[in-house]
Amino acid sequence: MFRIVEKEFLSENVVRLIIEAPYIAKSRKAGNFIILRIDKKGERIPLTIADANIEEGTITVIAQRVGVSSHKLCTMNVGDRLLDVVGPLGKATDIANVGTVLCAGGGVGVAPLFPIVQAMKLAGNRVITVIAARNKDLVILQDEMRKYSDELIIMTDDGSLGKKGLVTQGMEEVIQREKVNEAVVIGPAIMMKFAALTTEKYDIPTVASLNTIMVDGTGMCGACRVSVGGKTEFVCVNGPEFDAHKVDFDEMMTRLNAYKNREAAGYSEYLKSLELVLI
Amino acid sequence: MEELDKEYYKAERKADWRNKLRKEIKSKDRTKGIRVQMPESDPTIRNKSNIEVNKGLTLEMAMSESSRCLDCVVPTCISGCPVGTNIPKFVKYIESGDILGAAKVLKENNSLPAICGRVCPQEIQCEAECIYVQKLSKEGSAIGYLERFAADYERESGNSSIPELAESNGVKMAVIGSGPAGLTVAGELAKFGYDVTVFEALHDLGGVLKYGIPEFRLPKDIVDFEINTIRQMGVKFVTNFIVGKTATIDDLKGEGFEAFFIASGAGLPNFMNIPGENFNGIQSANEFLTRVNLMSGADANFDTPVHTGKNVVIVGGGNTAMDSVRTAKRMGAERAMIVYRRSQEEMPARAEEIKHAIEEGIEFINLVSPIEYFADENGMVNKMRVQKMQLGEPDGSGRRRPEAIEGSEYNIDVDSVIIAVGVSPNPIIQQSMPELETTKWNTIKVDDDMMTSIPGLFAGGDIVRGGATVILAMGDGRKAAHGMHKYIKKTVLV
Repeated sequence: MFRIVEKEFLSENVVRLIIEAPYIAKSRKAGNFIILRIDKKGERIPLTIADANIEEGTITVIAQRVGVSSHKLCTMNVGDRLLDVVGPLGKATDIANVGTVLCAGGGVGVAPLFPIVQAMKLAGNRVITVIAARNKDLVILQDEMRKYSDELIIMTDDGSLGKKGLVTQGMEEVIQREKVNEAVVIGPAIMMKFAALTTEKYDIPTVASLNTIMVDGTGMCGACRVSVGGKTEFVCVNGPEFDAHKVDFDEMMTRLNAYKNREAAGYSEYLKSLELVLI
Repeated sequence: MEELDKEYYKAERKADWRNKLRKEIKSKDRTKGIRVQMPESDPTIRNKSNIEVNKGLTLEMAMSESSRCLDCVVPTCISGCPVGTNIPKFVKYIESGDILGAAKVLKENNSLPAICGRVCPQEIQCEAECIYVQKLSKEGSAIGYLERFAADYERESGNSSIPELAESNGVKMAVIGSGPAGLTVAGELAKFGYDVTVFEALHDLGGVLKYGIPEFRLPKDIVDFEINTIRQMGVKFVTNFIVGKTATIDDLKGEGFEAFFIASGAGLPNFMNIPGENFNGIQSANEFLTRVNLMSGADANFDTPVHTGKNVVIVGGGNTAMDSVRTAKRMGAERAMIVYRRSQEEMPARAEEIKHAIEEGIEFINLVSPIEYFADENGMVNKMRVQKMQLGEPDGSGRRRPEAIEGSEYNIDVDSVIIAVGVSPNPIIQQSMPELETTKWNTIKVDDDMMTSIPGLFAGGDIVRGGATVILAMGDGRKAAHGMHKYIKKTVLV
């Protein structure tokens, strides 16, 4: 189990892995995530399930290289086995035919957005998708998104692909133009904060999918807690999706940085140790 | 104690070897013995390492302690044991020098004797019912120490026995959760001849025995050894499998499972919902202990980080609070403090844990409750505001209710706070089965056989109790195994 059957770099630091996990492939729904562990010393890493294939018994995850564990994940190859994969975790996205759905994804947040775009489209919605990245090399999944979107808008900070500007500018353009019944926003916390502020101005019900720090992913530890409407919620069992207008994104950003210094130090040490091996 | 059991214990007591043993020393002389002291590691050394605090009895100590037991006509100690261990029988085996025989007796009713011998609160269970305590105003027989001794002796002898199993009946049974309740059910069902599979959500087996209780109180290789004994009884274990998520109970029924035992535990930590509680550096005891125990976060060779500090406050007064504060001390805290809203007398932690904590240099700030946390510019906690309390009239728990003293607030400098104010039931199974009847606390409702509102679906341990002890979970497990056996005999094996 948990063998990697396909691996592809979508950009320099973003990898797509297709992993054998037949039970999860069958039971997962849009919005669910998994937790994986590479080896005995590894962390439990939460990753959204970007896609699944029931016949082949596989799931797709997309990970960005940011620290020791994700670096190790990026160096795994086809045929390697992950030590542990558990899921599907979290509540599934509430999918219904509501009319027009605006889906906005930033950076690697485009990966968890994809299954939602797909499910929203299959449920009969008009789906308009806005994906954003710093430059054209960092735009991922545009073909997949195009396939399930009535319209795909690409935004880049430098204008090297699609339009120049932020995700919120792309969203505004759509909202100004036509009636949007619901919005889904996924990406870095800062992006979700401003995307939520954008839709709030127009009273558009919006969900955000939160990528907080987790350990067990089953409600046991509370590392993932966030304030939603003034109430503490556990992202792993009551999320990962919440009313974006009620999430305290500032608190979430602070909490995401809880181990930042330690992890940065650990990562540079790890990279140094790799160099030593190479010498 | 049930009548049938009473007759059984009486008959066993009349066995020749026990008659003979009783006559060797007069009861009067037996009562002159003084209760054995558990040898302990030096507190100033152990509070910097993970070595086990209690070192265990020597053979001489165990044999001498076992001779204190009067082998009473009515063994009241047994009624104090949630799993009904035949206590005088195993103790007398020790006195006779047959330690492996003693270990076998333990395993008749208990798949995890080396664990129970370490973490059961014997002082309020079997030992509290001992005739020494009840009638003689003396310290009870050291049943817990002896249990640990027999189990350890057997394990270290390399001659570990596997309990007798009934002939296989081929009926598939599913156990959800590999903590103490789940392991007990698995062991009992295997003895009845069932084909048992245990599904565990985490990557490692043992539940709270692994992620919760620290190494210095319960070494992990002992947990693995006892789990392995259950494996040798034919029980299968599947990790990384969340029933209700990876597959539903209906999916598993489709794979031929006839009955289910839910033991998913009280995995949801409570917080106090006071201002600043979500600052960094404030975590639940579950998070802290999981990072240290399950993920080896305190070991630099492992990738999982864990936050601790120089001034660490643990909020709470239970066993989990003691485990957390003593772990923080071992990780280098200069001040490792318990902040508890009642007095030491009301603390729910075992007396032994409190004693060990004091020896290890833990500070106790009692009759104080947190009201707010403060953080630096990076959102890292640096101060907590507390309020002094006084004790009023007894509340529902029979303990005196803490009342805030107005104007008594003051600050404590902290760089790490661990919240250990209880846990709630894990919600995953309930979320996946809305038809399952639950209480207002979200625990699962069960009948006398531990069967839930859904026939064939049983539950026990903290998911039913809402946060109790290892041994109560195991007691539930034994009861449920019998309930499940009864159910299968009525529905499948007719």
